[in-house]
Amino acid sequence: MSTNIIETEVTTGALCATDLRVETDAGVEILHGISFTLQPGRILALVGESGSGKTTAGLACMGHFRQGLAKGTGTVSLGDGGARNILDLPDHQLRRLRGKTISYVPQDPALSLNPSMRIGEQIAETLRVHQIGATDSARRLRVAEVLAEVGLSNDRAYQRRYPHQLSGGQQQRVGIAMAFACRPSVIVLDEPTTGLDVTTQAVVLQTIDELAERHQVAGLYITHDLAVVAQIADEVAVMLEGDIVEHGATDQVLYSPRHAYTRRLLAAVPDLAGKRRVGLVEAITGEQPLVVPGPHGVPDTTGAISQVDDAKLLSGTGPRATPAAADPQPLMRVRDLSLSYGEHKVLDGIGFQLLEGESMMLLGESGSGKTTLSRCVAGLNDEYTGSIELFGKELATGTRARSSEDRRRIQYVFQSPFSSLNPRRTIAESVGVPLQMSGISDKRKRRALVLEALDQVKLGERFMERRPGDLSGGERQRAAIARALVNAPSLLVCDEITSALDVSVQASILDLLRTLQTDHNMSMLFVTHNIALARHISQRLAVLQMGKIVDIGTTDDVLDNPQHRYTQELLANVPTFK
Amino acid sequence: MDRSYQVITRMIAKRLLVSLIILFIVSLLVFVATLLLPGDPAQAILGQQATPERLAALREQMNLNDPVFVRYFTWLGGLFTGNLGYSAATGGPVTALLADRIQSSLVLMGLAALISIPVGIIVGTFSALKRGRAFDNATTGVSLVLASLPEFVIGIGLVALFSTSVFKILPSVTMAPPGEAVWNYPVQLVLPTITLALVVTPYIVRMMRATMLEVLDSGFVEMARLKGVPERQVVLRHAVPHALAPVAQVIAIQLAWMAGGVVVIEFLFRYPGIGQALVDAVANRDVQVVQALSILIAAAYIVVNLLADLVGIFTNPKLRTEKAA
Repeated sequence: MSTNIIETEVTTGALCATDLRVETDAGVEILHGISFTLQPGRILALVGESGSGKTTAGLACMGHFRQGLAKGTGTVSLGDGGARNILDLPDHQLRRLRGKTISYVPQDPALSLNPSMRIGEQIAETLRVHQIGATDSARRLRVAEVLAEVGLSNDRAYQRRYPHQLSGGQQQRVGIAMAFACRPSVIVLDEPTTGLDVTTQAVVLQTIDELAERHQVAGLYITHDLAVVAQIADEVAVMLEGDIVEHGATDQVLYSPRHAYTRRLLAAVPDLAGKRRVGLVEAITGEQPLVVPGPHGVPDTTGAISQVDDAKLLSGTGPRATPAAADPQPLMRVRDLSLSYGEHKVLDGIGFQLLEGESMMLLGESGSGKTTLSRCVAGLNDEYTGSIELFGKELATGTRARSSEDRRRIQYVFQSPFSSLNPRRTIAESVGVPLQMSGISDKRKRRALVLEALDQVKLGERFMERRPGDLSGGERQRAAIARALVNAPSLLVCDEITSALDVSVQASILDLLRTLQTDHNMSMLFVTHNIALARHISQRLAVLQMGKIVDIGTTDDVLDNPQHRYTQELLANVPTFK
Repeated sequence: MDRSYQVITRMIAKRLLVSLIILFIVSLLVFVATLLLPGDPAQAILGQQATPERLAALREQMNLNDPVFVRYFTWLGGLFTGNLGYSAATGGPVTALLADRIQSSLVLMGLAALISIPVGIIVGTFSALKRGRAFDNATTGVSLVLASLPEFVIGIGLVALFSTSVFKILPSVTMAPPGEAVWNYPVQLVLPTITLALVVTPYIVRMMRATMLEVLDSGFVEMARLKGVPERQVVLRHAVPHALAPVAQVIAIQLAWMAGGVVVIEFLFRYPGIGQALVDAVANRDVQVVQALSILIAAAYIVVNLLADLVGIFTNPKLRTEKAA
């Protein structure tokens, strides 16, 4: 068995962590004695949701503990023959190891590269502090060499660029080049592809894989994305609240998980095929019937099956036989929508329509104009030309010019629940704001409506007086959705609302949105870069590239039979397992 | 690259234009305010016993009989040609009267800036590096107390401590003979300089500490540590340059404040600078001097703030270079 091999080779790896424990300054233990071994040329994925301690474990391997954490106990030793424990090393010896023997690739390259230093100089600095290369010109050669290794151009002009002059993917490749510059034996990668779109992610993963293989580097890959794990890792360790609950070869953990938590985590991963259950209900366009929990938590299969039929019919051409909307009206029609900043065309002749009760996914990579488009629809950006009709009536361009009724009908949920709620207001106050805007002045009535909205998002009365700081990310996003729902909108614009959340939380939010859509016949514009979500949330799919819709149709049609080369490329790059 | 330089040039040109407009508005306000000073300047100069003929002659000489707007434009034109008019009290040209005073004040302010800027930046940096330790707590406490005390209280406190009862080692007033440069008597400069520095430094310390704490928590500082950069280099090369840009703004405001705040301190120490000159001029109804000094202080504010903006532009490569395509 593959797991046995790992256990017997415990002392011969490139890096061996044993009984690693870390406490906060307040004395709360957040890592409960975890052990793992990294082998040269192999990658161990440390998988877990936010707060599971995976980053803390990764940084502990480098003897680094973030603000608020006390120094850890246990042993971390390198496989270079020395029996030194990294955790006991004095600062100056630790410094000699960092960047040279163990290096680190951070999560967000935009934050981790010094914005006022040229990228070539940042890589050269690592070489200089570790006295690699005799002269500056020798070091410059090495910088050019590692830049070429990660697939970037390496001429003098490129090396003199500042981080902000690179795209996100290029920045991350600079981060990787920096990590490989000193030819380390161990590399800790902390979610290096989280902020990247699938095409860039595929390239970055391939780069990491190749370099680890070529230079026989042992990798610790920290991530929450199980699909990425399937692509890159040789072994997987699943973390839950500071413990490793399952550890084994990648195939074993992903395809025959033993621990209940691993199974739950796997079940929450959205798959492109839409076969898996995500959240409590089935995928919307899946083969199985959609099961919506009834009012008392009992699955109400009778009514829901007809809803699924609707969904399926919707994807075809036939009329819908829904009692709520017998003849689906076009709720919104967008025609020839364009927007440019100077020479740069952000949106270029966008046209589509959205039916009542329909959910449409707007798929695009960063810079495709998807957020700009959704902001135009919501009236938050009023610099567009073209027309947006709601119920057959053309909308004014900006929110200020729209009637309060029009504003009420279109509600917007923002990407980050951490910044979209006012931290000083209670949840009830935040959720109540749209009601004040639409002129409901009776406090009791407002409270009742707020409570109803909070019930819809399954937060309930006990959250009313709390503030965002006391809530988890998922709870905050639910509160933000409640704020959008409180005025009973006709269209909900969801801008990347699950991309900042863990997969299990994402699953529960998807479930919530589907319930809202089927129960309240609400239309939805679901903006995302994650194509794997398509079959779980939308009946129709529009693919946006450089401000143009390049593919549009029912979700099944687009995914099964992509017309545009770009869509085909996207589908080919989606990391999948199973 | 060319385009980005164009952008910066346009930015600077715009700021300059705005500064000129502000200066113009200030000149109007100053002129109107001096019109509103009570009493007749001619009467004030000649005293109660002056004959009507002499008053009329003086008024004629000072152009007091011209319409208000003519007097304004005459004065405004003078500002551009360096002719600030004649002092009513001494009879000499204002420029000659003020030249020494400005020099003295610049010496005082320059010395105070020379002490407070490096001290503020260094103490603030150390305070952030020793977050939560004794040095940090002491710095935070002391700087809060100093920042909350008015400048004359600090000045009087220092006088009480160093030149009266406790140690009698430093002179409490400046008594250079007229016409002799202040720096010929360095001991007399000590107390005014320290007072001014003590007023300004706490703000710089607090701002430097706050921005430094933020920068030390940033991803690129952690990254620098994780790639094995020695701590000294982490601080000097990665952290401090980023903390400096916001601090430059605070320093600019403090320098600008000095131009005005120096009035109180100069008065306290009888220091022969522009502050003293302003106080004297107001007392003597010396309208031309008051006008010249007010414009000078306003101009100092504007220039220093403009410089701070330029520091901001040049320390941030994002503002200097083009974005990725």
